[in-house]
Amino acid sequence: MKINLERLSWVDVFLWVFRVVAIALIIIGIVNTLSSGKYTSEQWGTLIFAGLAQGSIYALIALGYTLVYGILLMINFAHGDIYMAGAFTAVFLADKLATTGFLAVHPWLSLLLLMLLASTISMLLAVLVERIAYRPLRGAPRLVPLITAIGASFAIEYTFRGLYGPGFHSYPDVPPLMGDVNMGTFAVPRVQLVVFFAALVLMVALYYFVERTKMGKAMRAVAEDKEVAMLMGIDIDSVIVITFALGGALAGAAGIFNGLFRPQGVYFFMGFVPGIKAFTAAVLGGIGNIPGAMFGGLLLGIIEALGPNLFLEGLGIPAANQLKDAIAFTVLVLILIFRPQGIFGERLSEKKA
Amino acid sequence: MNLTQEHTLDWRTAARNGLLGGTIILYFGAIGMVSTFSVRNMVGTFLNLGQILSIMGAIAAGLITGRTFLKADQRAKVIQMGALSGLLAGLPPLILIIMGTLVPNSTMFVNINAELVEILTFGLGALVGSLALIVVSGLMGVLGAAFVLLGEKYRKALINALLWVLLLGLFSENAGTVLQKFLGTSAVRWLFQNKSLNPIAAIIIFALTFAFSLFGVGNKGKTKIQSLPSEKQKQLRLIYIVLGLVFALALPWMVGTFLSQVLFIVGLYVMMGMGLNIVVGFAGLLDLGYVAFFAFGAYTMGVLTSPGGFTGGILNFWLALPIAILVGVTFGIILGFPVLNMRGDYLAIVTLGFGEIIRVLAYSNWLAPIIGGAQGVLGIPTPSLFGFRLGKPEYMYYLVLLGSLVAAFIAARLRDSRLGRQWMAMREDEDVAETMGINLVQTKLLAFAIGAGFSAASGAIFASRLQNIFPNSFGILVSINVLSLIIVGGLGSLPGVVVGAAILVGMPELLREFAEYRLLMYGLLLIVMMLAKPEGFWPEETRKRELHAKEDWDNNDADAEVVGAAD
Repeated sequence: MKINLERLSWVDVFLWVFRVVAIALIIIGIVNTLSSGKYTSEQWGTLIFAGLAQGSIYALIALGYTLVYGILLMINFAHGDIYMAGAFTAVFLADKLATTGFLAVHPWLSLLLLMLLASTISMLLAVLVERIAYRPLRGAPRLVPLITAIGASFAIEYTFRGLYGPGFHSYPDVPPLMGDVNMGTFAVPRVQLVVFFAALVLMVALYYFVERTKMGKAMRAVAEDKEVAMLMGIDIDSVIVITFALGGALAGAAGIFNGLFRPQGVYFFMGFVPGIKAFTAAVLGGIGNIPGAMFGGLLLGIIEALGPNLFLEGLGIPAANQLKDAIAFTVLVLILIFRPQGIFGERLSEKKA
Repeated sequence: MNLTQEHTLDWRTAARNGLLGGTIILYFGAIGMVSTFSVRNMVGTFLNLGQILSIMGAIAAGLITGRTFLKADQRAKVIQMGALSGLLAGLPPLILIIMGTLVPNSTMFVNINAELVEILTFGLGALVGSLALIVVSGLMGVLGAAFVLLGEKYRKALINALLWVLLLGLFSENAGTVLQKFLGTSAVRWLFQNKSLNPIAAIIIFALTFAFSLFGVGNKGKTKIQSLPSEKQKQLRLIYIVLGLVFALALPWMVGTFLSQVLFIVGLYVMMGMGLNIVVGFAGLLDLGYVAFFAFGAYTMGVLTSPGGFTGGILNFWLALPIAILVGVTFGIILGFPVLNMRGDYLAIVTLGFGEIIRVLAYSNWLAPIIGGAQGVLGIPTPSLFGFRLGKPEYMYYLVLLGSLVAAFIAARLRDSRLGRQWMAMREDEDVAETMGINLVQTKLLAFAIGAGFSAASGAIFASRLQNIFPNSFGILVSINVLSLIIVGGLGSLPGVVVGAAILVGMPELLREFAEYRLLMYGLLLIVMMLAKPEGFWPEETRKRELHAKEDWDNNDADAEVVGAAD
């Protein structure tokens, strides 16, 4: 490859230096950690499984971002809070089920009920947000719906704070999810496996819906070209509503998984950080790309689980686990510098990017 | 957007408006706003803000219904349809009364309780109170509808008078402390009783303001000025500016320590707003990590001047301030680099990520030896000038006033400069701007750097006023605050920044009950502004024309076209 030196601006030089430094730091960190032999392969295995379970939650949320972006080319900034809404509402049902003893007698049925409730709430909210904040602004400058999306995000958070109060609420323990599963040399908490496989089932179902059903076909057509799709007799509005509803339902389910998975409970601001992380996952896999979002979510979960111990400790940073959140955001910045189209994404045209 | 155009005009329109208004009140009640606001008495002890809020839905519904029917030349129907709207607006809040009566101590809906029922039913008990609520709502609907039948002159006067009474009632505590210096204690004590407006005083004020605006005192001045030759107008404007400055200088001594502190905070946000206005308003780069530069400024100030800090306080405030600004500018450029090739939504999320990274780093043990981790930086000295400590908020207000004036001056000069026009060209269309020979890299980085500098200066002053800084002062909410205020004031408009800061930062500081719902209001305000008034309350002239040019062209083509400015 011939590089024309005159056309090489100092921005490119800076970005190349940045890339090299970033890669070098990561490699140095990994080599240092691995050569120190501080962690056994069993410990890594445990971390990877934890990462997969967390990652499958990210993936479910990321699907909502990707679906909407694929069709409207906008980032639904409020999606993280839509995820919160379902989980925060369903925790009260979970509480009721636990105190009445129904949960202990029919744990799987209870879980199904909780998921149904959370998904319905998130779905309704997603559709409502689309109707109020996005639909009237279709075709406006891109900054405008983005600002309403930010507004919607905060409005939802503080609405739920007002409705259910500012405190934390914990999901009750579900008996069949307690305990560990033996994986040969190490054990994995059962809840992680259940969450991972349940999320996988949902993702496969979504993939089937988009690829095999008539509505899915319409969604793909709208994503490809709105005007032509309209000429083909596709009702754009209802396709967009279905898209938001699907994304919301998946986010609601993810909220329940998160509640089962993490003991610290749900509260009104819980959607903010997972929202950005899931967006990172969507970008990682290539935004607008459904398998990409699934893969990106799982990958981000693993990176985040391994990251503090694998890269940061090797670089001599103390209490690396505190920086766990920063890792996801750094991944976002890095991916946008290295490969803005994501791992599976096609190069987006200028208008889309 | 005009929803009613698609439908034929009949009672259904009125019913829909009424139910919508009532549903909004249901929402406000369920999230606790009605109960929280009811502690603030407006007039006497019998009219509080919660009650005003709970009848607002009916008034608004009546008003909108009335206007719709008046526009359709159905004058005769206005009152009866308004009544229908009002009556129906009373129905949705009944759900709150039913829920609150059946389950007074819900663990789920924490704000639907006996207290809320008490407020909504005027303390008359569930059954009688519900009827009363519907009747009152109906009356309010009639009043709202009757309002549109008034002549233009009376309407304006009525609005003026109502605003005066409401504002005085709302801010009665603060107004009391200010007026005490001019009217004496006894007059103020008569005017404001029980932290609210004296009912008799309210009637007098209402009558006076109504009469004044009805007979057009003060309106004639404006037309007189406009008829003057342009040279005279310029002189007049100069006089106004000087008068404004004198007023701003005298302000802290008129309003006392507490309000000076509020003014100080407003000033800090004006400085930040001026900076973000350059980035978002001029250059069109939506930066959600703006708080990062505020943090850089604050921490630089803290680390350099605190005697117990990392450097042992080697510098004083005046030497550390330029360094803090420089650090901000440098990081503005460094963080600007990776995002140079990104647009719109990506930029927003990545800068949001930056802001969070900075916050996480500020908390971490890794950097704790330098910036104190979760403990923050303590014991930052207040600045002093020639041996005179600027300890009181009144003095710090001057510092921040100076900072805001400098920021406003720089921003105004930049806007009219070559660079400012480059920013605006870039905001309208990056590709076209580049084709026109604008160096996008340089232009973008300058926007980030200058914006960051303002924010860092603001952060530095913030740190020296608070004396102790902690990582949790630098959350995403600061960024959202600043963004909201420049959008409410009008993107790209400099007076808009001041107006926005006064409304969005000053008001919640004065009304502590609002604080809990501050971000909810911001969120709703952002949505409503974008839907109804994208140019803001005090728009830049050109932008206003731009945003409404299309409307004039095709007024019938409703919907999205309203905001058809640039992409």
